[in-house]
Amino acid sequence: MLEIKNLVVQIEDKRILNGLDLTVNKGEVAAIMGPNGSGKSTLSYVIAGKEDYEVLDGEILLDGQNLLEMEPDQRAAAGVFLAFQYPLEIPGVGTMTFLKAALNAQRKARGQDELSTPDFIKQVNAAAAKLEMPKDMLKRALNVGFSGGEKKRMEILQMALLQPSFCILDETDSGLDIDALRIVSEGVNALRSPDRAFLVITHYQRLLNHIVPDTVHVMHGGRIVRTGGKELALELEANGYADYRESEAA
Amino acid sequence: MPAVQETIDQVRSIDVDQYKYGFETEVEMEKAPKGLSEDVIRFISAKKGEPEWMLQWRLDAYKRWLTMKEPNWARVSYDKIDYNDIYYYAAPKNNPAPKSLDEVDPEILKTYEKLGIPLREQEILAGVEPQNRVAVDAVFDSVSVATTFKEELKKAGVIFMPISEAIREYPDLVRQYLGTVVPVTDNFFATLNSAVFTDGSFVYVPPGVRCPMELSTYFRINEKNTGQFERTLIIADKGSYVSYLEGCTAPKRDENQLHAAVVELIALDDAEIKYSTVQNWYPGDAHGKGGIYNFVTKRGDCRGKNSVITWTQVETGSAITWKYPSCILRGDNSRGEFYSIAVSNGMQQVDSGTKMIHLGKNTTSRIISKGIAAGKSENTYRGLVSAHRKATGARNFTNCDSLLIGNQCGAHTVPYIESKNSTAVFEHEATTSKISEDQMFYCQQRGLSEEEATALIVNGFVKDVLQQLPMEFAVEAQKLISISLEGSVG
Repeated sequence: MLEIKNLVVQIEDKRILNGLDLTVNKGEVAAIMGPNGSGKSTLSYVIAGKEDYEVLDGEILLDGQNLLEMEPDQRAAAGVFLAFQYPLEIPGVGTMTFLKAALNAQRKARGQDELSTPDFIKQVNAAAAKLEMPKDMLKRALNVGFSGGEKKRMEILQMALLQPSFCILDETDSGLDIDALRIVSEGVNALRSPDRAFLVITHYQRLLNHIVPDTVHVMHGGRIVRTGGKELALELEANGYADYRESEAA
Repeated sequence: MPAVQETIDQVRSIDVDQYKYGFETEVEMEKAPKGLSEDVIRFISAKKGEPEWMLQWRLDAYKRWLTMKEPNWARVSYDKIDYNDIYYYAAPKNNPAPKSLDEVDPEILKTYEKLGIPLREQEILAGVEPQNRVAVDAVFDSVSVATTFKEELKKAGVIFMPISEAIREYPDLVRQYLGTVVPVTDNFFATLNSAVFTDGSFVYVPPGVRCPMELSTYFRINEKNTGQFERTLIIADKGSYVSYLEGCTAPKRDENQLHAAVVELIALDDAEIKYSTVQNWYPGDAHGKGGIYNFVTKRGDCRGKNSVITWTQVETGSAITWKYPSCILRGDNSRGEFYSIAVSNGMQQVDSGTKMIHLGKNTTSRIISKGIAAGKSENTYRGLVSAHRKATGARNFTNCDSLLIGNQCGAHTVPYIESKNSTAVFEHEATTSKISEDQMFYCQQRGLSEEEATALIVNGFVKDVLQQLPMEFAVEAQKLISISLEGSVG
């Protein structure tokens, strides 16, 4: 599904990713853990195509397509979805208007017909109900005045609606209380399927209790330094990242 | 989002320099000698077959103008205008007196067709539902070339005709109202207009009549080195209602051209006038060469009690805009409204806003202004809200929002508030925001292209004002805004 080979990335002359290799297979939920500044968020932005990052070397392939040659909206249409750590507010643009525009833009890019309004509303309402989202949230401008937890739920709602094939969750657990964490995790779990892969970026084990990963990667210094099963997360939770910091010092 | 999609398609289909109305029409023209003098004014007046009082009025204005100085307080800069290097009168030959559309030069009709303005009544009748019909007056350089639906309007008692015709046919009515809202001595450009105005529309709606259709004027500057000085006078008599829309375009030229119009609105007791403008004069090229100087005086007088005047403007064109459609709230309980979208891109300079002068008791006014600046443009809102000593219970609400696109443009808000009555309540809200790269990335991550994302955000920003426009023009205006902002992101 996703194949990253020897990815080297810098921002304003500062090297962030240093020859990163990563493979995520269809149907797999891969977690990436690592200390602050290890390059986790950079990785998610580079996959999604944010402008400020300079890719010096390496490649990112999604189902064989070279993502690095595509605009962010083309990557989205190809199936990449990034649930932002800090979702953006778009004043003046109604949530429903935004959702419909995004959905139809992707459908169009894939050569599908636009969704009719009744079908669209049905889909949104169903997804919103699953996420226990108050109806009036959909009537407001996108993310404007939403709490941190509401914004994260809106990200998952969009994911459910857009049905992407490769989902990146960038610290989706940050700023969530226990109930919200449960609702968001259930939302994600409901989307797990043999045709869809997830890259879950987090600092903490607690999210992985809810979204149980198939693989756990440890990221440090802009590289994947260790890969294991879900038990690796527990080990990290117990020992912290001290081992990796020492190896760097030595 | 069909509207957004339509916008995108429209934007894609236009050429690089964006202004699609920049073509020129080959028509033989008759012009007054270049420059301004008493003789030129006599020439214009004679061409129009005006009565002696009108000529005298013009000459008085000219004398006054010679003593006046060009205003320099606006936040715009331009090279000195040589007023003797302008043609003040240019008319397609064979004019005057096209009695019907068949007598109008086909080249001119083609021009309006290209602009998407259906002048032929039968086309309108064939294609559009009766309630959506629009009566059109088309002004080509200095003269009105065609007015549609005149007969039908006449049945309702509504007079809608070129002002030059009205001066001949309804001299008493014109004389009673002309210059009573914008006096001859008002300001440099208005006084110049009073001396040399060549055409424009005249509307009179009799007491108790609701004008049966939208009225509309399309102004086109075609001839090189020509100024356009139109004069519009609209009178809504007691208890009447009229909605009027003007649109403007001009060919691309390297030289700047002057457009100094005057619009006067008079609403008597219980009358309502809605005046909408979609202004799309040629804005000049990317380096600021060429374009129209749009120096316009527009003012409405809520002369009667309970009268209402609403200005709605969508301003996307012109190299420089200097315009403040205002309301004098003279009648008790009268209401003034100003809804504006001013878009500037490239090197455009906009200094625009409104004045709400509260004179009567319990008068209310509302100002919603949305400025969008992109490229290297400067966009200023300048507004005055004042309450006279006797304006007990005056109320105003003002909301000025600015949206910046890119890092090289400027948005400025200059509100003046003067209250001489302690019971007046004035509220002012203002915000400035910027479409950030992060917002763009977020939208793109969801599958929207850069153009789609910009259109979506801008449409969200201006929707309060677009809602005020007549339906059929709102869509047009929405397209226009997106076209004006093409290529402004990133």
